[in-house]
Amino acid sequence: MARMKFLCDAERCIECNSCVTACKQEHEIPWGVNRRRVVTINDGVPGERSISVACMHCSDAPCMAVCPVDCFYKTEDGVVLHDKDLCIGCGYCFYACPFGAPQFPQTGAFGVRGKMDKCTFCAGGPEPDRSEAEFRKYGRNRLAEGKLPACAEMCSTKALLGGDGEVLANIYRDRVTRRGKGGEVWGWATAYKLPNTPGGAQPAPAPGAAPAAGGTKS
Amino acid sequence: MIDIRTTLLAVGAAALALAGCGERPQVIQYKQGTYQGKPDTPAYSNAPFNGNRAQWENEINSRNQNQNEYVRLRD
Repeated sequence: MARMKFLCDAERCIECNSCVTACKQEHEIPWGVNRRRVVTINDGVPGERSISVACMHCSDAPCMAVCPVDCFYKTEDGVVLHDKDLCIGCGYCFYACPFGAPQFPQTGAFGVRGKMDKCTFCAGGPEPDRSEAEFRKYGRNRLAEGKLPACAEMCSTKALLGGDGEVLANIYRDRVTRRGKGGEVWGWATAYKLPNTPGGAQPAPAPGAAPAAGGTKS
Repeated sequence: MIDIRTTLLAVGAAALALAGCGERPQVIQYKQGTYQGKPDTPAYSNAPFNGNRAQWENEINSRNQNQNEYVRLRD
């Protein structure tokens, strides 16, 4: 298996927020913390687009690079997780993340910032799999149950895809080929850009799809 | 009397001086660039997969294909 990725199809997202609700319900996320959000661009204007945003589990995650206590790690499947017992809630990861994924619960006195919380790709954290401690700190471990993230599996229009990156790319390529447009994947290059590929690791463009910005003319 | 007071003072000073010897380090020595937290196990290491990575990948792959409605419609 290559690695776990998210892919949001802006042509399909209808801003129903079922991904947000599924995440909240699955992990019992407290009020004020949103591991996943739906962002709408040009809201109310014809041609508006909505995108479901959460931690993208980047190939070269900037949060891992800036963490002063090195509490981040990456699983063998490419999921970026962190140890809440080490996190000091400094917020550096929030400033480094291009997707605004890290969340900080403010439940203490004087608005004190708690330990960072973010999407775990429904993979739990560094506690015994499917234990009470893991659920309390990181939420449910669906990957250990052989399931994919609840947000992606719950998506009614299948705009949000989650799972093995190669399978997602194939599904999306097939989809774009059939509809003949909308081949751009928002955030894909930012999150999964490989070090030696300036254009990023975009799925191969479908025949008839508009060329990506910066592409060469033939 | 002087001997008892001196002895008590000596014992007290020794106790104070040795008090630091029982302290454990309370600050983690961080190493920049390496994960410092607890180790985590792979997703397939426990039940129901019990370390069978191939079975886990098959399960994930079939779930992945459920997200492709073209495949589902053909069935």
